[in-house]
Amino acid sequence: MMKSQNADLDKPLTLTELMRGAAAPEAESTGPRYWRSLSELADDGSFGEMASRAAARAQAAIHGLDEPSRRKFMTLMGASFALAGVAGCGVQPVEKIVPYVEQPELIVPGKPLFFATASSRGGDGVGLLVESHMGRPIKIEGNPSHPTGKGATDVFSQAEILSLYDPDRSQVAVHDGGVDTWERFLRFAVDLRARKLGEKGRGLRILTRSVCSPTVLDQIRRLREQMPEARWHSYEPVNRDAARKGAELALGSPMEASYHLEKADVVVALDADLLGWGPAGLRHARAFADRRDPEAESPLKLYAFEPTPSLTGAAADVRVPVAAADVLLVAAALAKALKVEGAPDLDAKRIEPHAARIAALAAELESKKGKALVAVGDSQPAEVHALGLALNAALGAIGEAVTLAPADELAPADQTASLVELVREIEAGAVDTVLVLGANPVYEAPADLKVAEALRNEKVTALIHLGLYNDETGALAHWHLPEAHFLESWGDVRSADGTVSLQQPLIEPLYQGRTASDVLAALLGQVGVPGRELVREYWKTRLPEENFEASWRQALRDGVVPLPAAEPAPAPPAPKLDKVQWPAPAAPADGEYELVFRPDPTIWDGRYANNGWLQELPKPLTTLTWDNAALVSPALARKLGIEDQQVVTLEFRSSTIKAPVLIAPGQAEGTVTVHLGYGRSRAGRVGNGIGFDAYKLRRADAPWSGPGLKLIPTEGRIPLAITQHHHDTKNREPVKVSTFEAARHHGEGEAHGHHHPDFSLYPDAPYKQSEDYAWGMAIDLNRCIGCGACTIACQAENNIPIVGKDQVLNSREMHWIRVDRYYEGEGAASADNPTTHFQPVPCMHCEKAPCELVCPVEATTHSDEGLNEMTYNRCVGTRYCGNNCPYKVRRFNFLQYTDNETPGLQLLRNPDVTVRMRGVMEKCTYCVQRINEARQNAKVEGRKVGGDEVVTACQAACPTRAIVFGNLLDKESSVSKLQASHRNYALLEELGTKPRTTYLTKLTHGAEAHEEPRHG
Amino acid sequence: MADHQHDDGRPPVLAPGHTYATVTSTISDIVLTRPLDWRWAVGMGIGSSLLLVFGAAVSMLLFKGVGIWGVNAPVMWGWAIINFVWWVGIGHAGTLISAILLLLKQQWRTSINRFAEAMTLFAVACAGMFPLLHMGRPWKFFWMMPYPSTMALLPQWRSPLVWDVFAVSTYATVSALFWYVGLIPDLATLRDRAKNKWVAMIYGSLALGWRGSARHWSRYKSAYMLLAALATPLVVSVHTVVSLDFAASVIPGWHATIFPPYFVAGAIFSGFAMVVTLCVPLRAWYGLKDFITIRHLDNMAKIILATGMIVGYGYAMEFFIAWYSGNPYEEFLLLDARPFGTYSNAYRCMILCNVGIPQLLWVPAIRRNPVLLWIISIFVNIGMWLERYVIVVTSLSQDFLPSSWADYNPTIWDVATFLGTIGLFTFLLFLFVRVLPAIAVAEMRELVHEKHHEHAAAGAAVAEAHGENR
Repeated sequence: MMKSQNADLDKPLTLTELMRGAAAPEAESTGPRYWRSLSELADDGSFGEMASRAAARAQAAIHGLDEPSRRKFMTLMGASFALAGVAGCGVQPVEKIVPYVEQPELIVPGKPLFFATASSRGGDGVGLLVESHMGRPIKIEGNPSHPTGKGATDVFSQAEILSLYDPDRSQVAVHDGGVDTWERFLRFAVDLRARKLGEKGRGLRILTRSVCSPTVLDQIRRLREQMPEARWHSYEPVNRDAARKGAELALGSPMEASYHLEKADVVVALDADLLGWGPAGLRHARAFADRRDPEAESPLKLYAFEPTPSLTGAAADVRVPVAAADVLLVAAALAKALKVEGAPDLDAKRIEPHAARIAALAAELESKKGKALVAVGDSQPAEVHALGLALNAALGAIGEAVTLAPADELAPADQTASLVELVREIEAGAVDTVLVLGANPVYEAPADLKVAEALRNEKVTALIHLGLYNDETGALAHWHLPEAHFLESWGDVRSADGTVSLQQPLIEPLYQGRTASDVLAALLGQVGVPGRELVREYWKTRLPEENFEASWRQALRDGVVPLPAAEPAPAPPAPKLDKVQWPAPAAPADGEYELVFRPDPTIWDGRYANNGWLQELPKPLTTLTWDNAALVSPALARKLGIEDQQVVTLEFRSSTIKAPVLIAPGQAEGTVTVHLGYGRSRAGRVGNGIGFDAYKLRRADAPWSGPGLKLIPTEGRIPLAITQHHHDTKNREPVKVSTFEAARHHGEGEAHGHHHPDFSLYPDAPYKQSEDYAWGMAIDLNRCIGCGACTIACQAENNIPIVGKDQVLNSREMHWIRVDRYYEGEGAASADNPTTHFQPVPCMHCEKAPCELVCPVEATTHSDEGLNEMTYNRCVGTRYCGNNCPYKVRRFNFLQYTDNETPGLQLLRNPDVTVRMRGVMEKCTYCVQRINEARQNAKVEGRKVGGDEVVTACQAACPTRAIVFGNLLDKESSVSKLQASHRNYALLEELGTKPRTTYLTKLTHGAEAHEEPRHG
Repeated sequence: MADHQHDDGRPPVLAPGHTYATVTSTISDIVLTRPLDWRWAVGMGIGSSLLLVFGAAVSMLLFKGVGIWGVNAPVMWGWAIINFVWWVGIGHAGTLISAILLLLKQQWRTSINRFAEAMTLFAVACAGMFPLLHMGRPWKFFWMMPYPSTMALLPQWRSPLVWDVFAVSTYATVSALFWYVGLIPDLATLRDRAKNKWVAMIYGSLALGWRGSARHWSRYKSAYMLLAALATPLVVSVHTVVSLDFAASVIPGWHATIFPPYFVAGAIFSGFAMVVTLCVPLRAWYGLKDFITIRHLDNMAKIILATGMIVGYGYAMEFFIAWYSGNPYEEFLLLDARPFGTYSNAYRCMILCNVGIPQLLWVPAIRRNPVLLWIISIFVNIGMWLERYVIVVTSLSQDFLPSSWADYNPTIWDVATFLGTIGLFTFLLFLFVRVLPAIAVAEMRELVHEKHHEHAAAGAAVAEAHGENR
């Protein structure tokens, strides 16, 4: 009896049995009496009733279950009995919200924390500070301790936060088309390691992009020690191959040049986009702006020779459009004029029109020896780099304004060659395992390598792809593994100047991602070692042992690893040009043009294709969004009779693509530029199928430019969403320009500023203005380079939605701060090479704001500190304020633009900023949430907010410090000082709106510039 | 009184041979016997079909938001505001005819006033749709009105949009009252003539117990006069306030002191054009040529000509001031962008329709030719719509900073909403001619009386005070 009962107890009950048992409790006639509650024991008759009621409730609940598992039933049953215990109560149970039992250190709800980390791109890094609210990273700022950005960021770093939360990121491991787990992959990796150790790594190939993580480099080094026949290839579509090869030609070893604009008075950019290319652009931009300060001793003078308009060309005092192939001729002409030894004697007929200018430049360089540098762009071939090094040596710049650092010994110096080698080996059947870590070679390799076909080679039995997205390469892979975003990972980043930063995770991986380091660790036999330990382990070998913990903590806190001072590198040998074989300058055939490739200004090589912020950020100069286009010169467009948005067929070495045309003032006449990064098929929902894939035209031997492009106009049209349709200022001079010389005279004369009478027809604000604070902003147009970082920073800070191409086509973009671009110059010739001006336009916060008067419901009002405030809740959406704003800075939610559905994007929102709904107006608030935070801090500390204490998002991101915000009533604040400058002017000040945002006149060296600032 | 003596060869305001009985039966039979007319059926069919389109367009609008229209960042007002101003303008003729011409004792107004007032009401109803629908959050429309809100907030009185709310709603209220008061004796006539008990009861209750006693007439007359006096300033105020929506702004092309008079003239211009557009077919289809005579058409054509010239003067002044002021923004907009820019076609059509074509009305034969007059009135309607288009769109699309300039294009939903209000207008109008007397019966009888009186008094060189009973 007992035995059978025990057996019964051991056997799990089935669902039916449980249900039957509970629904019809029968008095047990025999056996020991088990009681379930005190009431049952007392047997007042209520227990049976209670139990059956509870069972009925459970039954009802079960009917709603998808899979009525016993476990779920038990959960429900347990809950029901718990309820039944509260006999007779009809009220809801009390739910307790448990506060932190142990308060996490430093977390105060509503107070953000900042953590230092770093992002890397193209082998260089930017130090960052990430703002975290209750464990949610929501905003990226630059790390002021890091030398690359000095607190500033580029557009890419700003937008990384959106990529982190991108719901289209790869979320699961995929094995042969089916969902799989990391655990099973790691088991596979262990087997692989065992096998490959036996084979000494034969047939194993690792492909990455440029690696600048010391830990990963060390892992690869160790792997190669263990498996000497394994190979590491790295390929980045935007690489520095030519620079390294040029150094090899001239110096005998691959070195990478860094330019220090702060040490030069004259800079010649030979197709070098110093201000806009790569993280180093941040450093250059800051140095450039500082050296252009009117207070500076001798303001830097910039010359640019380039085939396609760039930020650097726009900033240059003298910009000469030349074909990419002709840059060599310019360099050679300069070298000859400066009597550089070994300077080639090339046929300079094609640059004949610029001969006088080049001669004058050479003379100027001659006179500025030791204070001049020649920068050669990464898109120029090795010969030009060699020539550039020789020029810099002749100018005495090497070691001063130009420093040379040896390239990493382990990494392939010529990445393209490295990729070619990989493909050839696969084709030869020598490779069975390819580990692609974070790269996407199927999409981003030159078309002639046919990487996709190679990777499909049947000898390759394991193609393993680790990527943020299950992209074009992931589609071919046997194993696709989700990569962790750098904000979710431990890691380290070395910048080009040698500064190392640690990456620390801001959040647990959202989608099971792991890092390249984790995968390599598995191959090294370190399965399951946490990322943090991998990084620490490496740094333990690098940092002094005695105070490692302190250094580690300091590195995490400051974002910069305190490295012991490196020994000074030996001086590089003098450049020699005798080994260089100069290419024969071929005259372009009739009807053929030069094709130039450029990384896209906002989505780079395509890796940011699924980032809506970057897609919608107007590309500097063209203001194009959501597309790439074939840029042609106005002259070529006239000649071929083609116009904007017209589709042309581009034929280049047997490949053809169709692309819409965009006429780019300043483009070299016979050169057509295409941007990489578009035409993705597996980027994600945002980036798929937009634009055209320029990689299809790219060749391994012509990575940046090549002659022989044919351009065949078609009848088709593709609408291009550009945000600025009018190029000229219609003689209105929103951007005022003067010369350094005139500015100096002004400085001597004092108070020469031009001011309209302080007079307005608008009534004063109806209430008293604060005596402590009057917020204002000054934007120094002399520092602005038009990069657009402010726009993205503002978008991230203020929860600004993206609207999509169709809405941008109807001018409904939502950016609170836009960068206007104007071309200057008279006649048709000026379109071929105009002077370019940029002007960031946020809300002016007019003291006499036209918008406030016309709002029927008082949704936009004036604060006592001078802010023009929007009360979203009160707005009914008549849009009268938007019409009446002379600066057109108001943005309207014509439709429900904010995505309230996607959970990932909800995490992204800044909790300090209201999310706007459809039908309300919005605009720049001067980051009122930051003002209020500063106010709270000041109040707690019993002091006033400092004049420079509040930093707006746009100001923080600006690489050149062009935007300054602060308290105008504090005469010591930076903004007060700038607004007191004789260069200060208000936009459309004749309207009497008294803007709080003002501008500072742009200064140039131009001889043709006027003596006086020109009035609008 | 010279008006009454049409010995100058002008057509009469009432065809000869009519008695009290013929006037009453001709007009009231349209309502009471309701002859089935295919033209009415077609008109009503079109009107109600378009009303369905309106329903669809508004549903879509409320579901998706105002972004289904073509409005964009510089041009934040588009067809909705254009249509609003256009409809309000059309709504001007009614009150003008009823009130001002009544006070000025213009006898010829009698047969067209009822109709014009109804048109006014329906036009204002259509106009009123747009300011509500064009809001981003139309369900919050009541925030524009002063009410004791828990937020202790009133509207922002400095905004012309708030003035608009008051101007238009006052106008709508007074016009409706005026119209209804004028209807009372006629409703009583219909009640008395109705053969169906239910119809008699409905008209009877609407007639508010009118018995036609002398006391009734006396009070009715004074009330009517009072309302006319009240309504008169409204004719000027409504469109003045509407024009201030533009004139009070800073936008070049809007910011102009000439706007109020120029808008009022334009409103009367378009209002009369619309009356002609509707009158000409109505009098033909319903046999009302005896009541709405060539004389009426002639007079209305003269008003169209006069107000059209004022509008033309307004255009010329805009040009002149743009040049004379030296304001670069206005100069660009008026002397360059409008005549030669993106919207030059609209601008040139507007000049043609509003200034060019109405010049034909100098010719008496054209004024008195209903078909030609009708065609001209259509041109004026189009021209006045284009005027608002030019004002709203060109000014906004190219204002101060060229970086923000962008073109504006309407979408299918803009068109659908506009057609929808035309549907609403047509629907109400056809409903109106079917259930209410389209011409004021009592006033027509009065006119008959006066005409008899005139004939009787003719010859006797006594210009006695028959004007006193008007």
